[in-house]
Amino acid sequence: MANDVLVVVEEQDGTVTDATRELLGAGRALSGELGGEVLALRLGPGSLAEQLAGADRVLHVEHPALEPYNPEAWEVTVAEVAKERGARVVLMATTTVGMDLGPAVAARLGAPVVCYVVGAAVDGGQLVATAKIYGGKLLAEVEVPGEAAVLVAIGGSFAPASGGSVPEVEPVPAPAALDGLRTAVRQRIEPDRSDVDITAADLLVAVGRGIGDRDNLELVQELADALGAPLASSRPLVDQGWMPKSRQVGKSGLKVKPKAYLMFGISGAPEHIEGMRDAELIVACNTDPNAPIFEVAHFGTTADLFDLVPALVERVG
Amino acid sequence: MRIVVPIKQVPDLVEELELLPEGTDLDRDLLTFKLNEYDDHAVEEALCLKEAAGAEVVVVGLDEPEIDQSLYTALAKGADRAVKLTGDLEGWIDTHRRVAALASWLASEPFDLVLVGVQAVDDLDGQVPALLGARLGVPHVSVVTRVEPSGDGAALVHQEYSGGLAAELEVRLPAVVGVQAARQAPRYASITRVRQAMQEGSIEEVAATGADEAAGLRVRRLFAPEASGHAEMLEGNVGEVAERILELLRTRGLLKA
Repeated sequence: MANDVLVVVEEQDGTVTDATRELLGAGRALSGELGGEVLALRLGPGSLAEQLAGADRVLHVEHPALEPYNPEAWEVTVAEVAKERGARVVLMATTTVGMDLGPAVAARLGAPVVCYVVGAAVDGGQLVATAKIYGGKLLAEVEVPGEAAVLVAIGGSFAPASGGSVPEVEPVPAPAALDGLRTAVRQRIEPDRSDVDITAADLLVAVGRGIGDRDNLELVQELADALGAPLASSRPLVDQGWMPKSRQVGKSGLKVKPKAYLMFGISGAPEHIEGMRDAELIVACNTDPNAPIFEVAHFGTTADLFDLVPALVERVG
Repeated sequence: MRIVVPIKQVPDLVEELELLPEGTDLDRDLLTFKLNEYDDHAVEEALCLKEAAGAEVVVVGLDEPEIDQSLYTALAKGADRAVKLTGDLEGWIDTHRRVAALASWLASEPFDLVLVGVQAVDDLDGQVPALLGARLGVPHVSVVTRVEPSGDGAALVHQEYSGGLAAELEVRLPAVVGVQAARQAPRYASITRVRQAMQEGSIEEVAATGADEAAGLRVRRLFAPEASGHAEMLEGNVGEVAERILELLRTRGLLKA
């Protein structure tokens, strides 16, 4: 049985994602304990090997069904490669890919899966993972028995692989099952670029579920206008149809890195933190003193946003 | 078209989460439970599909705290049937047990589509859509914001990715779809309508089977994250807090005046 760590590579516009580099970093640390190799699994045209330092080898599968991303094609391929190589650990990121594939690949392998992973180690021969649960309010430390396991990691949890040479590329034949898929990509849909670009702003005012009601958004919009900052939001407000998708900060929205990020009524779910944790200054307003956001923010207040926002507006004038 | 919507109850995170003495599960007696918000979106999308194209919508839940309320609410909103899977379902039900129970019930319930919330706050061992799809051996797509029938035994689904990208996928039915958000905000059912649904008393109860299959994980402990850093809390009255915040912006040249 091999002790290799298999990392599922994701890219966007030809650039390997930060989350993938972090998985390679996590893979390096794990393989040090397990004694196997780190295998980067690249599905699609171009091996991207020059961006995958940290891997010992790139397993490269090419097939028309793998690009653009097709969940069924990827699931079949990742599961087959993992099985064939007898991978000890399969690492993925908590993205749409990780949500589609993590539990399904595990099921195909008959292996356990842990999602929202923020730490992984080998403890006395036993794989142990730490994962966020209950919106990040708690962590779960779990033993992951068996000869294979799938870990789906949250971005920003592991240091990216650094240094290392360009790994060698091993072409791997595509599974025969890719020719009989029940899922097809009809069209890619590009993001709406007609709205203001929140990733370009120095200052962002962000609002979350704590706003309570759609009508209350006006209050925070007024502050954003007074400060000359665009209004951004967390996912639930976009799901409710209260805010446009172009304003969504987080894993499934946009990553922002403003000079200051002023947030109201956002508790700090992992999904949101992934999109804003690199802001230079984070000021969080949330009435729950235990909200996870206060572990990420530089400054915080438990003042009620319905008192604080008008006070800010009044002073900015 | 026949649409099944599995729904689940999750702890309301607004409340303090207390652990049992052994530290491996929440003290559930002290918690308030509510419908998983993504399942609420799955119900909504199913009802939108029913209204647009005609469909039978069946909601199904495991017998967990306050599930009756959620099932009756779904009926009040327009679901056609509500089913409760009963059995020994105390404590945390991991995704594998949940999916095993759903899959064995679905074996005798033909369906075209399963619409289910893309995730829940306690799905440590995987999200329901992918695990259920894999277990049933049908295609599955997660992080979906719209579903439409495309004739000829298929559906078009709108899947979202990072950075605002999306794609339209066509998937052969039967299939499982993990709903991130419905095409519109979930509708509201008035208390009167929910009461009416309760009086008509129409939750079917079915004994859950297969629910003893576990995730294969052993939870050593649950614990609050150690704050690697903590925000400096701004003290004082609201006016003073507002002044401090503006000062922080001013020193960074982010305030015009």
